[in-house]
Amino acid sequence: MQTLIKGARLLDPGNIDEKKDIFIKDHLIEAIVDPDDIETKTYIETRSDTKVIDAKGMIVVPGLIDIHVHLREPGHEYKETIESGLLAAVRGGFTAVCSMPNTNPVNDNSQVTKFIINRSKELGLSKVYPAGSVTQGSRGKTLAEIYDMKQAGIIAVTDDGKPLENSNIMRRALEYCKGLNIPIFVHAEDTSLVDGGSMNEGSFSTFWGIKGIPNAAESIMVARDIALSEFTGAQVHFCHISTKESVEAIRQAKKRNVNVTCETAPHYFTLTDADVKDYDTNFKMNPPLRSEEDRQAIICGLLDGTIDLIASDHAPHSVVEKDVEFDMAAFGIIGLETSLSLSLKLVHDGFLTLEELINKMAKNPAKIIGINNDIKQGNIADLTIINPDVPYEIDPESFKSRSKNSPFSWMKVKGRAFLTMVNGKVVYLYGK
Amino acid sequence: MRFTKKDILDIESLEPKEISMILDTALGMKEISERPVKKVPTLRGKTIVLFFQEPSTRTKLSFDTAAKRLSADSLSISKSSSSIVKGETLIDTAKNLEAMKPDVIVLRHPSSGAAHLIAKRVNASVINAGDGIHAHPSQALLDMMSVREKKGEITGLKISIIGDIAHSRVARSDITGFSKMGANVFICAPGTMIPTGIEKLGCTISPNMETCIEGADVIMMLRIQKERQGNILFPSEREYSMLFGLNKSRLNLAKKDVIVMHPGPMNRGVEISSEVADSECSLILEQVTNGVALRMALFYLVAGGGRHADSD
Repeated sequence: MQTLIKGARLLDPGNIDEKKDIFIKDHLIEAIVDPDDIETKTYIETRSDTKVIDAKGMIVVPGLIDIHVHLREPGHEYKETIESGLLAAVRGGFTAVCSMPNTNPVNDNSQVTKFIINRSKELGLSKVYPAGSVTQGSRGKTLAEIYDMKQAGIIAVTDDGKPLENSNIMRRALEYCKGLNIPIFVHAEDTSLVDGGSMNEGSFSTFWGIKGIPNAAESIMVARDIALSEFTGAQVHFCHISTKESVEAIRQAKKRNVNVTCETAPHYFTLTDADVKDYDTNFKMNPPLRSEEDRQAIICGLLDGTIDLIASDHAPHSVVEKDVEFDMAAFGIIGLETSLSLSLKLVHDGFLTLEELINKMAKNPAKIIGINNDIKQGNIADLTIINPDVPYEIDPESFKSRSKNSPFSWMKVKGRAFLTMVNGKVVYLYGK
Repeated sequence: MRFTKKDILDIESLEPKEISMILDTALGMKEISERPVKKVPTLRGKTIVLFFQEPSTRTKLSFDTAAKRLSADSLSISKSSSSIVKGETLIDTAKNLEAMKPDVIVLRHPSSGAAHLIAKRVNASVINAGDGIHAHPSQALLDMMSVREKKGEITGLKISIIGDIAHSRVARSDITGFSKMGANVFICAPGTMIPTGIEKLGCTISPNMETCIEGADVIMMLRIQKERQGNILFPSEREYSMLFGLNKSRLNLAKKDVIVMHPGPMNRGVEISSEVADSECSLILEQVTNGVALRMALFYLVAGGGRHADSD
């Protein structure tokens, strides 16, 4: 099996940015070919088993990676399965995702890890790099068998959704993980400050009579875990950063060379708490949509490199959890199929260069999970082809995800994935 | 003018002229309760469901009385007697009620936005009788009715609201309503009971009780929720009363013809002294009387005159 991608701009920041054709054989990048090298091209094209993809006007980039995804299987298959989640991932342009461990059973042991990896391999869509839980059952009491899970394939540990409240357990977890060379993904939240809140605390929560979640609920824990990372030297990655105070704390920590990184999600630079209207639970997620000031701080953080990457925090929920009273509704929105389009807006609006965006959606995530997705001869062909300017309207009916809980339905956006290739195989082609 | 709103969900969604129309209609309704035979046939054949998922005596009784005085058939269900306890969702319960073809559903619910949620799903008119800490429009309307009746108009009055603003749907609706009608609203409470950004609803935060009630035309005291006492909002009722209780000496700071209101139920000796509660300036019982008339007006406007009977 071989494929020739013709006429595109190859963009791998720091490595290549040229109009080149790319020849993929089996699962590898066989050659990067100069478009003027007619002889080689003719040789490749005339071989009967070569599939030629015309990608004129498109951009070939290293496979995008979403390191914060809830696939829900095992346990919550009515919300999402590994299959439906990965179909959504490839449609969104992602060649790999990290699955969060809050399944049922929790991914706190190598058996669950192996199940997730084997299932994803069977499917042959996006690759899955699971995150295991830090503590058994994510209960925050006893460490899980992190080494055993690492042998089985986890790339990080996290008690996502159930923050580690006890600072001493956090300290010990960091010390333990440092020895195993595995990062902790931190869901920074002081639940005592959340106190039953379900949207950002501010004039809008007051207007709607919804209990608020203050910025400090996040930034307090960011400050704590910066301190613990500084103290232990262990690697901390902050998930879904939403407040200006968190951005500033991480900015200062990085200046001191503390071993921290962080991500934000597209909704935090696209929407604010002013968009939460009429008790629409598709605008309810944790952390909540913040103020305009916070939104701008997030964009600044992306600009100056404080925020390393963009992840969607894809969190599927069915109508059972969402079509209810606002305070009763589950937190979370889906994001795999909208993340790239929403992030491209930062490029269209002139905030980020395309190179910076690719760093934040492909290269930096790869670094965190320890893989190499460079576009280089001999590397595995995990590629995304982006059609950067095509305008379209987000149609929830078109989602491959089993859930439809998106606040971006019917939003007009520009740019999307045209093709997703994993291990040299086309796993998604727009319109097919 | 015709009243065109299907639902009464909050004060925010009512135009000042709609509020005036409701208050005018309520004034007309008030006389019915003074008659020896307190019943008119206006809503005969209409069905009104009182769906209360939170404890309530005054509000529920007031809506029920209002329905009966207009000859509507009212029936009530509460949380313990509804299928909600069997795990039915609010939307499913509302759809089942809808299938019995009621004309109006009056909903009280502990979640903010509950009335909005069902209003979108049912054809019946929905009247919000209190949702979480969001809104209690009929209470604010009856408060406006009582003030207007006493003072002639609302515009330009100084209205002082004191108490647990953060957890009070009455406060939110009153602030919105009175400021919409041109009053100057001042609030005062311990810092733990002032929600972020409340000024945007149209009020000024006073630094202390004295400043708040100085020169006030209307003082509205809110109930301190004893059930929150185990909480961390204030140390004791004794200290609360020292700082924010309305007593005779504080009352002297207000205008001579000040009126004192309270949505009930009162904690005598805590937020309001008995002396004040029972004094001539107290409008507390008048509020209850007006509550019935106001709710009759709401029923009439959404189910009787305005929207259906008078149409072309």
